[in-house]
Amino acid sequence: MTFETVIGLEVHAQLRTQSKMFCGCATEFGLPANTRTCPVCLGLPGALPVVNKRAVEMAIRTGLALNCTVRTTNQFARKNYFYPDLPKGYQISQYDRPICEHGWLELQANGTSKKVRIRRAHLEEDAGKNIHADAGSLVDLNRAGTPLIEIVTEPDMRSADEVVSYLKSLRDVLMYIGVCDGNMEQGSLRCEPNLSLRPAGSGELGTKVELKNINSFKFVKDAIEYEIKRQTKVLSEGGTICQETRLWDIERNQTAVMRSKEEAHDYRYFPDPDLVPLVISEEWIEELRATIQELPKDRHRRFLQDYGLPDYDACVLTSSRALADYFEACVALFAEPKLISNFVMSELLRELPQAGTTVESSPVSPERLVGLLQLVHDGTISLKVAKEIFPELFAGDKSAAQLVEEKGLRQLSDEGELQSLIDAVIDQHPAQVAQYRGGKETVLGFLVGQAMKRSGGKANPQKVNALFKTRLSP
Amino acid sequence: MSIEMSQVEHVAELARLQLSREELERLSTQLGRILTYMEEVNAADTGGVPGTASVVGDANVLREDEVQPSLSQDQALSNAPEAVDGLFQVPQIISDR
Amino acid sequence: MSLVKCTLKELQDRFTRGDVSAVEIVRSYFLRISVVESKVKAYITLNDKESMLSQAEALDHALSAWRKTEPMMAMPIAVKDNICTEGLPTTCGSRILGGFVPPYSATAVAALRLQQYFLIGKTNLDEFGMGSSTEYSAFGASRNPWNLSHVPGGSSGGSAAAVAADECVAALGTDTGGSIRQPAACCGVVGLKPTYGRVSRYGLIAFASSLDQIGPITKDVMDAALMLNVLAGHDARDSTSADASVPDFTRVFKKKDVKKLKIGVPLEFFAEGLDEEVYDAVGEALAVLEDLGGTMEEVSLPHTGAAVATYYIVATAEASSNLARYDGVKYGFRTKESPGLPEMYRATRQEGFGPEVKRRIMLGTYALSSGYYDAYYAKAQAVRTLIREDFDRVFRDVDLLVTPVMPTPAFQLGEKIEDPLQMYLSDLYTISASLAGIPAISLPCGFSRKGLPIGMQILGRPFEEDVVLRAARAYELATDWRKKRPRIR
Repeated sequence: MTFETVIGLEVHAQLRTQSKMFCGCATEFGLPANTRTCPVCLGLPGALPVVNKRAVEMAIRTGLALNCTVRTTNQFARKNYFYPDLPKGYQISQYDRPICEHGWLELQANGTSKKVRIRRAHLEEDAGKNIHADAGSLVDLNRAGTPLIEIVTEPDMRSADEVVSYLKSLRDVLMYIGVCDGNMEQGSLRCEPNLSLRPAGSGELGTKVELKNINSFKFVKDAIEYEIKRQTKVLSEGGTICQETRLWDIERNQTAVMRSKEEAHDYRYFPDPDLVPLVISEEWIEELRATIQELPKDRHRRFLQDYGLPDYDACVLTSSRALADYFEACVALFAEPKLISNFVMSELLRELPQAGTTVESSPVSPERLVGLLQLVHDGTISLKVAKEIFPELFAGDKSAAQLVEEKGLRQLSDEGELQSLIDAVIDQHPAQVAQYRGGKETVLGFLVGQAMKRSGGKANPQKVNALFKTRLSP
Repeated sequence: MSIEMSQVEHVAELARLQLSREELERLSTQLGRILTYMEEVNAADTGGVPGTASVVGDANVLREDEVQPSLSQDQALSNAPEAVDGLFQVPQIISDR
Repeated sequence: MSLVKCTLKELQDRFTRGDVSAVEIVRSYFLRISVVESKVKAYITLNDKESMLSQAEALDHALSAWRKTEPMMAMPIAVKDNICTEGLPTTCGSRILGGFVPPYSATAVAALRLQQYFLIGKTNLDEFGMGSSTEYSAFGASRNPWNLSHVPGGSSGGSAAAVAADECVAALGTDTGGSIRQPAACCGVVGLKPTYGRVSRYGLIAFASSLDQIGPITKDVMDAALMLNVLAGHDARDSTSADASVPDFTRVFKKKDVKKLKIGVPLEFFAEGLDEEVYDAVGEALAVLEDLGGTMEEVSLPHTGAAVATYYIVATAEASSNLARYDGVKYGFRTKESPGLPEMYRATRQEGFGPEVKRRIMLGTYALSSGYYDAYYAKAQAVRTLIREDFDRVFRDVDLLVTPVMPTPAFQLGEKIEDPLQMYLSDLYTISASLAGIPAISLPCGFSRKGLPIGMQILGRPFEEDVVLRAARAYELATDWRKKRPRIR
């Protein structure tokens, strides 16, 4: 029997606010333990939460970017469970009235695209961190209360590749609209797939298993593929799948049971009486919609149409918002998209990593880059020279024109000077001139080469070529 | 109305209370009586009546995303039953969330 | 007149005039406490006398150079021990908060501190405010100053007893289902539960968040208004705090009558189960209010019968969640040794909480648990809406409601402690105002044959504390009940 894999995904993304979800503590990382806490996020008796407005706005913008409906009235609820990293004994989350619902996101896998339905996206607060030590467990509450958005899909994915593609698209979107830094290793983006198998062609869903502890794209793929194999084996041997939560074990490259359904919690959700409802007006939504930058897919499409770029160029240039912004800043100054695209991809993207920097802080501004390419375009220098001096442009703060002047790299384009150059070559090589006139056109290359040599490489080769042809024509 | 012992035990576990046998038995009786009295709520016809979770009529009580000073590490841990190296210390987590 | 007999208003006047010094005030109150506290047991923690005296000396010294006073300056005020006071232990009357010293003060306390009040001590209460007698305190019961074998009511019994016994000039209480009003009635003093949202809850240790309110317990109605003037106001740290304008609540006292006020008498509050002496005392009070120009009208609040059940579902459900944070990890009590975390949780909470708190946590957990949520919690929320609508409807017609505070005068110590349901039912008359979030005041309106105080309750529309206070003050001035003081023996 063949099986079909059915996967849904829960993704937790940390929102890039300055302060926490319900208090004014900073959301910085990597600080000494328990130095970013206050009565509210420590869960001290009597302390009360107040909602961070920017977190709400980021959630709404996320919903809009994911084609969701934003709920007019939504409510925070308490999710009750005990764990040392959860200071209040409950997590403030949203339950039956989440902020965003019914969206979709497109993924590309195996050469086709597909819409994944998004069931809901809701706001909640993060827990702290437990550190396991020999003498017991240790708790750092710096992270407790960091705003999260949890994005839940319908079970619409069918393979590990689709999941990875969805996750990449989602990450692109979240980073693009600036709500999350997308760092999976640091835990800013965490994903928990729900996976089940069913006989091919069946309409019913099988028993699902939830996978946790996945903190890179590679582990997403590995864990899902492992789990598909494991479940296929169990089912093929006539066994049954247990509804359970399994952890991805990085050392052993396998999943292992974390808890079974019997131990599942009764979270006793109820509306948090410390917080009032959020009522989101049409005006507020429209105001936020206006702040959402173009999403990567839309920008890719526009790069193809408006700039006539090949698909490959458009993909590379829209891979990050900063790079796409840089490119468009150049094009706005100088309408030669293909020339700019080629140069950015071959030269700028080589120099940046070598210098250990990124396009955001590129030492060559769009103005300086365009300055260089304009010299190529108007024939002042050749593309070859432009490529040669680019590292100097990159390392210093001189303009391209300055560099060209100083180094005397300006091409010889003056017709009078070129004519005398050509005359000299014709005088020196009468035999080759005769051969050319006799019909052996390949000799032209030799003559042009001689002229270039005489000019010390500065002569404009296209012009030299043209002038020879005119001079030697019958 | 009576409440079954297994139910009382389940609720005690949800609430993380290690009740003694005697307490469980007494609670089973008391909760049964109290819950019987709670049936009074059923006298009211609440068809189509929305619930009141809070009497506050306001919505959208929000704060600006501004950083405020935090407590120092010493202050944060000042009330901790056990702390080590700036961290709260608890016994080994055997079962998981 | 002895200093400790003064009302807040009188003490303020004497201090402002310079007739008494801050040091004299502190000395007088500590002397009084040394005489009666061993009998009344109103306090869990007393502030340090020596440090208060040096505080008072510094204040007197500063004032000798430049006499600028604030209303609450040097006023010896007691704070219920479920309100956080920076640097002073805050126990909630529970073992589970053993050793807890808050690193911050409640907004209400900060407002008093801003005016340089004297925090004289933290008063006793039923553990986490769960009870009607203070017998459920881990620190032992407080006594009723009028009769030491009787309870002072609860849960703010320590605050009410301290005011009645002149161990402070005024006190902060908290009210979730009657915890200010009922002990005030038991102890013959005034207790005001403001509109939900009127006073910030920030720093009030939650029992049931949608019901809890801080309010004053005072010797008379004037004092309640003076206290509310300082406590009321919007607080950005409490999302449920109201952004309503705060009047000077003493201004309405220019009117010494209740002319043009329509007073509703809800039939359901005078039905079966009401002690005859209480019935008569409140009945006479109604006659006084009529003499003062009020128009009386019988009204009905038909869902009153479901109020106690509704309250105990909503309040315990919220409490079960609010009390989850007491897990032995971050503060307070932790059990001695445990092999692992789950055992630590269970043993800490088992040993740290008293029987009534555990009972309510169990009840609330049950009401929210899978399979029972709709039948209990959701149903109670809907009934709460009906109870609010009852009030909305009658308040379209009348300005105030007058009811008893509790069905009987203060009961004896131990009388109800073994019967939780009977204890719950004694909250019958105070619970409705809590569910509706409306303001309500409790003030003395007579004494039983045994010499125990009887209270009446006046309820008003949301944020109309001024109307409630006006009627209460007019009644108070027309009668002499407030002048009777307990003889503590």
